[in-house]
Amino acid sequence: MKFRLSALIPLLIFSFIGLALAIGLRNDPRAMPSTMIDRDMPAFTLQAVSDDLPLLQHSDLLGKISLLNVFGSWCTACLHEHPTLMRLSRQNRIAIYGVDWRDTPSAGANWLRVNGNPYAAVGLDSQSHLAIDLGVTGAPETYLIDPKGRIRFKQIGPITEQVWRDTIEPMVRLLEAEQ
Amino acid sequence: MKQVWAAILIWLAISVTSALAVTPAEQLRDPALEARARVISKGLRCVVCQNQSIDDSNASLAADMRVLVRQRILAGDTNTQVTQYMVDRYGNFVLLRPPVKRNTYALWFGPLGFIGFGALIFWLTARRRKNPKIAPAGTENPDEKQRIDELLEQYRK
Repeated sequence: MKFRLSALIPLLIFSFIGLALAIGLRNDPRAMPSTMIDRDMPAFTLQAVSDDLPLLQHSDLLGKISLLNVFGSWCTACLHEHPTLMRLSRQNRIAIYGVDWRDTPSAGANWLRVNGNPYAAVGLDSQSHLAIDLGVTGAPETYLIDPKGRIRFKQIGPITEQVWRDTIEPMVRLLEAEQ
Repeated sequence: MKQVWAAILIWLAISVTSALAVTPAEQLRDPALEARARVISKGLRCVVCQNQSIDDSNASLAADMRVLVRQRILAGDTNTQVTQYMVDRYGNFVLLRPPVKRNTYALWFGPLGFIGFGALIFWLTARRRKNPKIAPAGTENPDEKQRIDELLEQYRK
């Protein structure tokens, strides 16, 4: 039986398809590149969630490193990250601000009363005005903002303890070192 | 004839209701502006569901994006400006028809490459069939002649 080089063609094609599919499996289609990195935080006006909660203003996000967290009372994945946000807030590790996205004031306020409020200030974005300006695709999403008010990092999906430890805290340290 | 008309009407009713995620409250009063909004919306990807346009999608973010498209139109933006407004915030990903750029060449011209590759294989195969490599009888060398004789011997037994 003579060995023919062309006998390798099916194997080559199969390897190529296998490789392409393997790369496809590793790609997370939800992890979309953000166009907002290194851009200034857009201007915004939000509604109050409740009279007894400080309303988030653009000036809150200047002069210090902060996290801007997009959440909603309808968002189940937000409950998943909530303990981490509560801990960071209790320990005063970083200033956390909340955007209550596509929600009603009463539902948002009730959610914060039941689950705890980690936010130094919070505002309601009922019609996605700020969300679309930020390029939000789903909740929760969290933006790391430097003291000049520039967006430096975007976390899509919940901030678990692991995400905080492995991804966000190292970036916060880098920003702290920049100062 | 009546039945044909009935069929057409039923088909129209089905196709219209199944395609319309746009609620009456969202629509602009001016039909010309509304038509522009529909055209723009059909080209924008719903970033929640990803493989639908915001015109087709029932996702709440898609609804808010549709409203924003209409607000931009009322503010005097051209179609290109509205689309660019979304691209500025969501990147080229938001376009259902990606622009031809260096990093999308593979996407746009890859299929042509595959057709070319197939045509090449077809041409090579066709050429081989037309010029078979079987030598005509009487030109075999002594070794081959001996082997043929052996085989014929076996066959005759």
